[in-house]
Amino acid sequence: MTTLERMRIPPRVGNAPVYDWDELVQEDRVHRLIYTDPTVFDAEMTQIFGGTWVYLAHESQIPNANDFITGKLGLRPLIITRDSEGVIRALFNRCAHRGTTLCRWHKGNARSFQCPYHGWNFANSGKLRGVPWPEGYAEKLTRDPKFNLAQLPRVESYRGFIFGTLNVSAPSLENHLGPIKKPIDEWLDRNPGGKVTVCEANRFKYKGNWKLAYDNSGDGYHVIYSHQSLLETENRFKDENTAKGMSYYKQKPDEQPMYIQYMGNGHHFKDKRPNLEKRPGSLWAIESLHPGMEHVAEKLRARFGDKAESLLDLAGSEPVNINVFPNLSLLGNHIQVFQPVSYEETDAIWYGTKIDDVDGSIGEEVLNDINALRMRTQEGFPNFGEVDDITNFEQIQRGLRCVEDEWIYMHRGLGIPNRIKTLDDGTIKGPATDELFMREYIREWKRLMKAAPDIAIRREP
Amino acid sequence: MRNEANYDPSRFSYYVTDAFYGELVDDFSDWQTEDRAIEDPTERDLFRRLVEQEARILDNLLFEDWLKLFTPECAYWVPSTPDHGDPRREIAVMFDDRRRLEDRVYRLRTGYAWSQAPSSRTCRLVANVEVFRGRTDSGEKRMVRSNFIISEFWDSEIRTLCGWTGHRFRKFDGQWMISAKQVNLINCDQCIRNPSIIL
Repeated sequence: MTTLERMRIPPRVGNAPVYDWDELVQEDRVHRLIYTDPTVFDAEMTQIFGGTWVYLAHESQIPNANDFITGKLGLRPLIITRDSEGVIRALFNRCAHRGTTLCRWHKGNARSFQCPYHGWNFANSGKLRGVPWPEGYAEKLTRDPKFNLAQLPRVESYRGFIFGTLNVSAPSLENHLGPIKKPIDEWLDRNPGGKVTVCEANRFKYKGNWKLAYDNSGDGYHVIYSHQSLLETENRFKDENTAKGMSYYKQKPDEQPMYIQYMGNGHHFKDKRPNLEKRPGSLWAIESLHPGMEHVAEKLRARFGDKAESLLDLAGSEPVNINVFPNLSLLGNHIQVFQPVSYEETDAIWYGTKIDDVDGSIGEEVLNDINALRMRTQEGFPNFGEVDDITNFEQIQRGLRCVEDEWIYMHRGLGIPNRIKTLDDGTIKGPATDELFMREYIREWKRLMKAAPDIAIRREP
Repeated sequence: MRNEANYDPSRFSYYVTDAFYGELVDDFSDWQTEDRAIEDPTERDLFRRLVEQEARILDNLLFEDWLKLFTPECAYWVPSTPDHGDPRREIAVMFDDRRRLEDRVYRLRTGYAWSQAPSSRTCRLVANVEVFRGRTDSGEKRMVRSNFIISEFWDSEIRTLCGWTGHRFRKFDGQWMISAKQVNLINCDQCIRNPSIIL
């Protein structure tokens, strides 16, 4: 039994088509307004960050009953909790009485949340437990579902990744993910027990639209320019016999086995693994130089011989970008989340992951060595790569102030015969620097902006 | 393989061991150590001058000179949580050994570090400098705690970064040098815009 509630008085912008989306989003280009207009952003917060599945959190952040973290669905503040019964819920972080933020902490363990304003108390299921001086109300508040906390009507997990949507008629999460599930599975299954645990984050903010990050998430064209300082730094020792990091972008990247693949529903996948030899240790061999790596590598090789290479690969950065529209990107060993703040401000959070010794076969000492190294490999790109990307995003947002210069192009690869192939499963594959993923995801964005999602909140009965 | 007798930490990273991390976490975990406070004004002034000198060198973008303030085996650590956590088990905003510190400087010097093109101008205030004997090796180790405010000018805007720094100094060839620097931004667990300067 649940109680759904639909909006009686939608905001003025709401679902109204503020523009002709077909004019703004064309086959080869998009209009600057989709990045610069606050009314487009407001509409996105309902149509995209409301109308489709949005990544909320990872289950390892709330492993125990009553654990919670705070998060967001678009701009809506949430408490994401595993309630006393073990059910994962995404509660609006808003008192049902006057709208006060209920919980100000980023994480914790709580059976209930008490409003700091008038003291209304809610169970972590969302149910109102009690209010001070209840005799001052004509009715018994705890009997009326409308005073229970609002929560997302749909919350589903896929292998530890928690998603939510306000769209009650959205397909199941598994259907929505579709073909992108396979790379997600492979990304997880290379780790012991097919799982990872989140362990803090590198957290960035940039003054630019959230889509600039998603545009970039599968972009193989920017690597050697935007990340030239990183590539030069990683390869500054000429006595290294292996080219490190993303050096494979330097020589004709479109002729290499890596590829970009559009996976439907806005998701896409950049797979650089085919550039590597298929053998244990090939990942580790191209890893750039990180604190402690020689110490751990030689210690493990002395102890385990050839078997050390597979262990070291667990600290290596998986060469994939798995992008789940609109706000999740699995890359290297990171879980990156794009969090819109305004039409011209975005938070990009790179959650680190560590591995667990699920069956005791790794042992505590080796586990600690591998995870310590894995922390260091994960700090590399955010420090020496992402800073340059977010700077370029900010500089795009500034460039788009040129009102009369209307268009942004995403047509690399378009119109070249035999460059892009549609596979039997409907996915679309092309060379690594192709912008096909941008054209396809923005087409999905346009579909969602035109759609009429069945938006509702839910309250416990 | 490692040449045990003599290897270069600018080139190879052998010293970042579990024991190294362990000592680092222990050294920086407790500053309520009045019993180890240095009261001799001459010695306190020496360390105050060292942290002021470091601030001046960084404000002047003399990164190569800055590297010379550190012992060959060193750490530069910007935790991502206010209680600084354990860098073996959680991601830091930055965690550099000697080689990665030199990577950091090398990158800024490539001319292609777009986040620092042009370089930020900074003005650092260092204050509240307190000096303590080390938890171990009391003759050869000093822990220095100071507060900082960095005003950073980049791309037509000035912003403020602030927090406190822990310096671990060690006697090296008769000189006090930085063997570890922990920079605690007060907003270290929040989203930070363009965190590309050396703190």
